[in-house]
This record gives sequence, structure tokens and C-alpha cells, in this order.
Amino acid sequence: MEDLQQFKQTYFDESGEFLAVAEAGLLRLAPGNVDLDEVNAIFRAVHSIKGGGGAFGFTELVAFAHEFETVMDGVRSSTVAVTAELVDTLIRANDVLAQLLTHAHDGTKPAPGFADPVVVALRRHAPLLADAAAESPASPSPSAAGAARPQTAARVVTVRFQPKADLLMSGNDPTYLLRALTHLGTAEIECDVGGLPTLAHLEPELLYLQWLVTLTTDARLADIQDVFEFVSDESLVQITDHGTAAVSRAPLTESPGGSPKIGATDLTPVTRGDLNTVAAAGAPPSQLTVYDSPAPAAAAEAKATPGKPSTAGEGGHPNLGNHTIRVDLDKIDRLVNMVGEMVITQAMVAEHVRDLPPGQFQELLEGLEQLAQHTRELRESVMSIRAQPVSSVFSRMPRLVRELGSETGKDVVLVTSGENTEVDKTVVENLVDPLTHMIRNSIDHGLETPEERIAAGKPRAGTVHLSAQHRSGRIVIEVADDGRGIDRPKVLQTAVRRGLVQPGVNLSDEEIDNLIFVPGFSTADKVSNISGRGVGMDVVRRNVSSLGGRIGVYSAPGQGSRFVLSLPLTLAVLDGMVISVGPERFVLPLTNIVESLRPKPADLHGLVNKCDVIMARGEYVRLVYLHQLFGIPGATGDATRGLVVLVETEDGGRLGLVVDEVLGQQQVVIKSLESNYRRLDGVAAATILGDGRVALILDVAGLQEMSQHARTPAPRQYTDASIQLSAL
Amino acid sequence: MSKPSSLATIGSIRGDVVAAANTNEEQYVTFTVGNEEYGVSILSVREIRGWTPESRLPNLPDYVRGVINLRGIIIPIFDLRARFGGGTTEVTKRHVVVVVQVAERVRGILVDAISDILAISRDQIKSPPMIETGMVDSQYLSGLFTAENRMVTLLDVARLFAVETGDDEYSNQRALISDRPH
Repeated sequence: MEDLQQFKQTYFDESGEFLAVAEAGLLRLAPGNVDLDEVNAIFRAVHSIKGGGGAFGFTELVAFAHEFETVMDGVRSSTVAVTAELVDTLIRANDVLAQLLTHAHDGTKPAPGFADPVVVALRRHAPLLADAAAESPASPSPSAAGAARPQTAARVVTVRFQPKADLLMSGNDPTYLLRALTHLGTAEIECDVGGLPTLAHLEPELLYLQWLVTLTTDARLADIQDVFEFVSDESLVQITDHGTAAVSRAPLTESPGGSPKIGATDLTPVTRGDLNTVAAAGAPPSQLTVYDSPAPAAAAEAKATPGKPSTAGEGGHPNLGNHTIRVDLDKIDRLVNMVGEMVITQAMVAEHVRDLPPGQFQELLEGLEQLAQHTRELRESVMSIRAQPVSSVFSRMPRLVRELGSETGKDVVLVTSGENTEVDKTVVENLVDPLTHMIRNSIDHGLETPEERIAAGKPRAGTVHLSAQHRSGRIVIEVADDGRGIDRPKVLQTAVRRGLVQPGVNLSDEEIDNLIFVPGFSTADKVSNISGRGVGMDVVRRNVSSLGGRIGVYSAPGQGSRFVLSLPLTLAVLDGMVISVGPERFVLPLTNIVESLRPKPADLHGLVNKCDVIMARGEYVRLVYLHQLFGIPGATGDATRGLVVLVETEDGGRLGLVVDEVLGQQQVVIKSLESNYRRLDGVAAATILGDGRVALILDVAGLQEMSQHARTPAPRQYTDASIQLSAL
Repeated sequence: MSKPSSLATIGSIRGDVVAAANTNEEQYVTFTVGNEEYGVSILSVREIRGWTPESRLPNLPDYVRGVINLRGIIIPIFDLRARFGGGTTEVTKRHVVVVVQVAERVRGILVDAISDILAISRDQIKSPPMIETGMVDSQYLSGLFTAENRMVTLLDVARLFAVETGDDEYSNQRALISDRPH
């Protein structure tokens, strides 16, 4: 039982991947853009899901997958014409398949007949296949197919099957394949033992046999090929049709269901010009991937997208198994943790060694130096295991754009670039929600309707440009649209109406733009299905900042808006500056630090409320005394004797953080405080320093907030005894 | 009284726990804070360790001592004396931290000394008298037990410091994460 469960889990894991492969392939499938490799990949994916499902007895799933597969097979053999309608049906079929898989996984029953509409739609395409090829219609088993099959005369087909010697290693058994052939007709099977070595040289695990099968059958060649579908990489299969009534495939144009309309008639959505504009806006054209949303109605049918670069080799083809292994994420996390521990231990040893008399332990020091280097490399390698290209998130977006486009009646072209940019898995996972919201927002609020766009002298189709790139140790993701931009008067008006802004207050353009991030703000006149519930951008900002990221918006009226999201590359390590305040040490994220300085008494200026400011880089910056904010005794508490670390917050505001000492820069492993305790104001996380002690990582934005609101004395006072102890 | 202070001891005790599992008995680790003796179920005790200096957390009540590094994970340390109103413990090297685990969350409790391991059967546990306000918040008590002539206050580890630790918040968060559609 246990084993079966495990196989089932593997099946569901793999099926998830197959579904993704199929969906990615289907989204690229369009009339006039039929890549046979892609089609094969989709077919294989569906076929594999069906095959595995059969093994576990998921009958509904298998029945549906079969319908799906039949149509894909038709596409593969060019007997089903690829129309926009067909692509839509296939995508829906993929969804249904996903739902059926979920039901199978949870052990629940789908609502009776819920797949029927899609099955009907699939079958509408299937007759074409049967009629055109005058061959087997969509029927589950060969015997049933035989009954429905018209007068296709039986013929003789020879199959030469030469498996590679290591076929057995992959768990395949040639006898099953041969038995499958016998189901297709009358088979004479000859085994060629010529390859057998002498007993002394025989490797019991290798396969030395070949077979020649003479098959008298009325099955299609494709059916015979299907038998060898899963061993095609590991064997040579020659199928020769000596047939009496040789069946030739009906050419495409003769299909009675109407000839496939492949021709360039009224296409506008993407032109070279558009692409170039986009390219000029950022990424080099070679990296661009263009996805079309279904242009509503007629335009969709004939769209030979010019300048649509091939995205082959970008994960579209399932290269199953060869160069990758499947590893449980827990194992990797344990590895990452262990390496983290090692880094800490290494830092600890290094700290102790620093106190040794110089010159005496040369070899030890050199060894440790090497150890430090190896540790660093080890950590980078381990981190890169967790790194994933953002394409896994980006690839979900064409689907979203497609749906939103048809829901809102807007023509949308999604252009993505930089999808190979790698970030830590946790970051990738956390990108999905913000990106979805941002793209929804762009399409729903940013882009105009086609009529409005034409009236404004813009191309009919709006463009949403999604890009990712590394910039100074962070990943920067941009969602840019060429829509109407933020309607500032309307935003302001709404904000006033909602009581978010006092009437008559003068706000800068930037401040108005940023109002869209305020909780409870929504400009949609009517609440649409897509956005307009007012839980959009404020949630995005909150999620993003909880990941240590920032989000900003730049907008130009009539030209579009651009959301810029920046996140750390990993949520596991951080470049920090270790500082001390009294007996405590803290880590400040390096990204927040502008500079540190020791002001002269004359540089300090008192403001109202005992608030001190200093002049730094041409502007007055407010000082925040960390020991006051955190209630730490024993600190110098004097900026002229300690140091002022100038820090910058997410929204660009600056603070002067008064600390005792800056101890040095260090990469630290981020440890959660929340997994065993809880969130604290002004604290982003914790880490373990070289001596094994815990240090808190400061949250600069949180500190700023604390210093603005809670100017009350801290409730906790340290007693003198405890200070001495913590200094032990 | 013996003073077990290593994992090995606890491990061997756990063996006894299994042996005693058939009866109605449960084993408790007891420890002292001042003159009081408290007990927690041995099954929740992960280890007992000597005092190591903590790192302070800002702006919290005095019974939250801070956090320590427990082999790579960061756990909060609570001062039982301070929690029950006896003032902050002045720690020495002889003080110990009882590391307890509730669900997946680990926390340390600072006490004066480990006292005993007691096998207590359910019917020997007396319910605590109604307390209005005193040293002990009654919600943390699971019962009282008389060992020879001392009284041992049995504590409910799951509730002890649950609020301070944000256990509810944590589980809410977890719920939110798992609710989120994928």
C-alpha cells in the first residue's frame, strides 16, 4: 500500500509537470504556427497522464484524457485543422484534465457531467479527423474502433524492433510491447538472437535480442508507432507498410469540415513596428517572447504573427529525466541550513584565530583561508540549487493575459523579457501573487478599450511588458503598459471621497500615484470580476515589503504606467553591517545603508520635540537613537561619540540611526524569529553571529514608523544585573 | 534529588515512559523557581541545557528574556519567575533552561534548577483551587500534586507562553498560507 501511495504521488507530481508542458505548448499553438515538436510534446504529456491514470484506475480521467489525446493526435497528423476555436477548446480541455487530476488526487468525485461541454467541443473537432483520414474515429479501444472502421483492408506491416542494450534498465519490457502489437492484428514474431554474446561475456542485465514482427492489421501506422512511444529514445523501430490497400492520408485541404483558414487577412495585433517600440523600451529583441491574447472575434482566426520568435528549447520540450533529478525540497532546505551552520562555525573559528600571535601558525592560517573560500563557494552552489528562473512564474502570465483580454474585450499583447533571470525558489513562489495583481491592474485599469486606443491614435492592441533583471544584488521586475496612465484627478478625487486624503491638500504627482497603494483604495467605477474590490495594490505592497522588497509606480498620462518591483535575490542570506548599541549587536541590511559618519557637535541641530537633525548630503536628516527606540541601557547615546548610520527606507526617506559602533560588514544567514516566536516591530529577522550569539536584523522602514508613532518610553527597562549577564 | 542535565538522561527516562505507558501514569519533569516546585509533562521536554547568555528583544515585558541560538534555530527564552510576578531572575551558571516543544514550536523556560522526575497517575492530580489574582495565572495550571511533603504545580506547556509566543498568530498565518489558492 505504502509503495502504491508513493507511486501515486510521483504520478501526480509528474502529471503536474505534464499539465504545465501541455499548457505552455497550447498557449504557443496558433493557426499558422504549428510546431510539430510542440504538438508532439503536448500529445505525449496528455498520453502520459492517461497512461498513468489507467494504471491507478482513474477511469473518468482516462476517458477524458482519451478524448483530448484523440484530438491532439489529429493535430499531430494534420487531420485536425488548428483554429483559434480549437486552441481554446484544447486549453479548456487541459483545465478539465487538471481538475480531474485534482479530484483523483483528493479521492473526490467530480460533479457528474462537468466535463461534458468540453468533451462535446472536443468531439466537434474529432469527426473531422475521422472523415478526413477515412480512418479510426475517436474510440477508446481497438476492437471498438474496428467496428466503426469502414472498409480499410487489412494489410501487411513489418516492424523491426531493435532495442538498445540498456532498455531493461529504464523499466521497459519488450514482451509488453510485442504483446501490444498482437492486439492490433495477427502478428508473427521472430526473435533475432544473433546479437547474443557467449555466456562468458553475457551481461545478465543487458538486452541482446531483436525482433521482426510481421503484422497483418488494419490499424493505422500511427497506432503501431504509439506502441513504441515510450521506448523511441531507446530503440530503433522500423515500420514498413507492404499493404494491399495502402492508406494515404487525405491532404489537409480536402477535409470536408471546411478547409483550414490559414492565410493572412486582417491581422494587426503585432507588427514589427510594435515589437521594435517595445524593444527600444528595454530588452534586446532576441530575448523577447511575445504572447498574443485571443484577439476578440474574427481577427483571431488568421493571425500569422510576424516577428514571433521561436521559443523552442525554453522548457517547452519535456526532456524527461536525463540531466535533472527530482529532490525533495526538505532535503535541500536541510542542506541549506547545514551550510548556514557551517558558515557560522567557520566565522567563529576565524574569529578565534585572529587572536593568535602572528607568524607562528602560518599553515593553519592558510588552511583556514582556504576553508573560508570553500565555504563561500559551497554556499553559493547550494544557493544556486534553490535558484530558479522566473520563467516558471512568467509562463503563467500569458494565460492570465489571455483570459483578462477576452473578459474585458481589450486586445492585449504580453511581451516578456529576462525570464531566465534566476532567484531563490522562495522568492519565485512569492512573486506569483504580486505579479498577478500588477498585471490585472495594468489590463483592467491601465489599458484602454480598442476603440479608445484607436481614437487616441495608438495601435489597437495594448502592450503589457513584463521584464526581469538583476540590478545591484536584487531582482527588479517591471510591469509596463502603454495605456492611459494613472488618472490623477480621478485618483485624488476618490482618495478624498474615501477620506484617505484631506480635501484641499496639495499633493505632488508622485504622491498621487502612490495613493493607489493605500489600503481600501480602488478607482474602478464598477466592481468588475477582475479587480475593483479594493484589495489590489495595497496587498501587493504589503506582501512585497514583507519579503524585503519595494514597489513603486511611474506613470505618464496618456502614455502608460510602469510598476517596478524589487526583491532580494534570496530570502536566506543577506549582506549586512554589524553594529553595536550598548551590549547588543544588530545587523543592518547593506541595501539600506547610505553612509556612516561621526558628526561634530556643531553639525547637530535640535528641532522641536527633542528631535535632532543633522545636515548630510545637502539635506537635513532626522536622528533616531536606537537605544531609545529599543530601550537598551549602557549605550553612549551621543551621536558625537558614537556613529550616525545614514539609512534609506523603501520609499526613499532618510534617517540617521545613532549607534555606538560599526563592527563590520558580513554576510549573514537569515533566521526566522517567527518560526518559534513572533514578529517584532523594527525587527526584520534574526541571525547568528560568529560567536554563536543571536543578533537581530533591523527593519529600517519599521524603525522609521516606530520613531514617528511611538515616542513613548519603552515599557521594558533592563536591570543592571541582566546587563552584566548578557555581557558574559 | 538527582539533577539530570543531559539529553542522554532524558533519553533513558523516555524509555521508562514507554514502559509506563500502559498504566495510567505520566511522567513529569519538575524544577524549582525559588521555593516553588513546578512540573511539566516529560513528553513536551526536548532538552535541558545550562544557561547561555541571551540576546535581548526590544520593548517586551521583562519575563521575555530574549532569544538564544539552539543549534541553528532561534528560540525565545521566558523567565518563569518574572512571569509569575517574582521579579527578573538573576542568572548564574547554575541556572537551567528547560527547552519544551509545543506542536512544531520550540521555546525555552528559565528555571533555577531541575528537581526530579515524577511518575504521576491521573487520579493523584488534584485540581487547583480557584485563584483570583496571584503568583500564577490559573489558565496555565493543569493541576497540583503532592510528592512526599512538597506540593508540585503542574503546568500546561501548550498554554504556557502561548500568547506571548504568538502561537495563535502563527497558526492563523499558516492557515492563511494554506488557504491561498495556487
